[in-house]
Amino acid sequence: MKRVVITGAGTINALGHDVATTLDALAHGRCGIGPLNIRDVDRLAVKIGGQVTGYDEHEHFNRQQISLYDRFTQFTLLAAAQAIGEAGLTFSGELTDRSGVVLGTSGGGLNTQDENYRAVYEEGKNRVHPFIVPKLMNNAAASHVSMQYNLRGPSFTVATACASSNHAMGQAFLMIRSGMADVMVTGGSESMLCFGGVKAWEGLRVMSKDACRPFSATRNGMVQGEGAGVFVFEDRDHALKRGAVILAEVAGFAMSSDASDIVTPSKQGAARAIAGALKDAQLNREDVGYINAHGTGTAANDKTECAAVADVFGRYADDLMISSTKSMHGHLIGGTGAVELLACIMALRDGIIAPTIGYEEADPECALDVVPNVAREAKVSAVLSNAFAFGGLNAVIALKAH
Amino acid sequence: MRIETQVIDIISQQALLEPSDVTTDSTLEDLGIDSLGLVESIFAIEEAFDITVPFNANAPTESDFDISSVGAIVKAVDALVKDQS
Repeated sequence: MKRVVITGAGTINALGHDVATTLDALAHGRCGIGPLNIRDVDRLAVKIGGQVTGYDEHEHFNRQQISLYDRFTQFTLLAAAQAIGEAGLTFSGELTDRSGVVLGTSGGGLNTQDENYRAVYEEGKNRVHPFIVPKLMNNAAASHVSMQYNLRGPSFTVATACASSNHAMGQAFLMIRSGMADVMVTGGSESMLCFGGVKAWEGLRVMSKDACRPFSATRNGMVQGEGAGVFVFEDRDHALKRGAVILAEVAGFAMSSDASDIVTPSKQGAARAIAGALKDAQLNREDVGYINAHGTGTAANDKTECAAVADVFGRYADDLMISSTKSMHGHLIGGTGAVELLACIMALRDGIIAPTIGYEEADPECALDVVPNVAREAKVSAVLSNAFAFGGLNAVIALKAH
Repeated sequence: MRIETQVIDIISQQALLEPSDVTTDSTLEDLGIDSLGLVESIFAIEEAFDITVPFNANAPTESDFDISSVGAIVKAVDALVKDQS
């Protein structure tokens, strides 16, 4: 089996428009969540989010591109350009057929749907722009990355709600490990912060109106974010041969299904994915220094996740750090695992553990070291990134320092 | 020739050309407008003139809407505007 490494990273999210700015914000516990600036926000009960600010699509794309690129595709292309640029790869010759794109998203072109439903239902228009379908489809982002960089190998989109990115990166990892591909561009993107997108989440009554405070006894729900995280995963031998800078090794991956409830998480399902990732990565429990939690800030997730971690790690659970960076960038739904993988890479490379901000009061049901409010310096050699989706679909990735 | 000016504006935008570079003799092929560009041009024409263009992208040459040249499109739009007003 091949070993798999990460040779490039890119992002745009509420904390910054690139990796350096995002890591700086994560290291300083800065919060990217603020008042939503979207149409009809006055008709929403939830008026906050981790929105990408200071962003003008016309600065990055021309009119014709914008007619085909939904906001989630735009975010993907910007993050992919950073990641592929950092990796220093150009795709030509045989490599084009040995390289692909697997990306996660949950809502795909939800802004495009929202705008055009509004046009035909609310404004009574009887004609829509011809490219609505290619703009809104969930695989649009993956296809545009493939087209732009001439990646002609295995390419598709994964939609497993909040675990989409982790499932996508897991597929990319498995494909390289098994020899199916040499290079995979992978990660995920989401842009659901439009009236219909937020309104739908409001309906579930799981959203906070003031802040995302994972693991804190005072937590009162999740806060949505938006953006993208994209990485270049590469066969380690291929990367070493060309002298690439290696950010981290993807050591293992596991997934499981709760097979129980469409929204309520299960401790057993989460625990099986966590234990599975350890086993797949051939890590011992004491090897893991940090877990980037799913940590949504809902009552149900955080206590279930802590219980699952405690079950799997047993007496070692108290020695590891676990934080939820959603407290800063919000929950990027189908893109969340990708942005959160940046915190994992920062832990391994820079020895900085991103904090869980907004933490006010200990919850006996979340009695782990959640790195409250302030980042910490620590040398860790292996980390996990958890993602547990609605629908009971769990995906956990293990990274090792390289 | 208000219609001609507007149609040439729309088509030149699609072709990423100046309106002065588009003549009534130009074909869409000359201008580098592909099938997506054609569909988008027709949408823009429908919006600009508030007409419905009988065009099916599955069989572009079989529809009643003549797209053989910019001049032919102008003529067809002119007829539709008269018919549908």
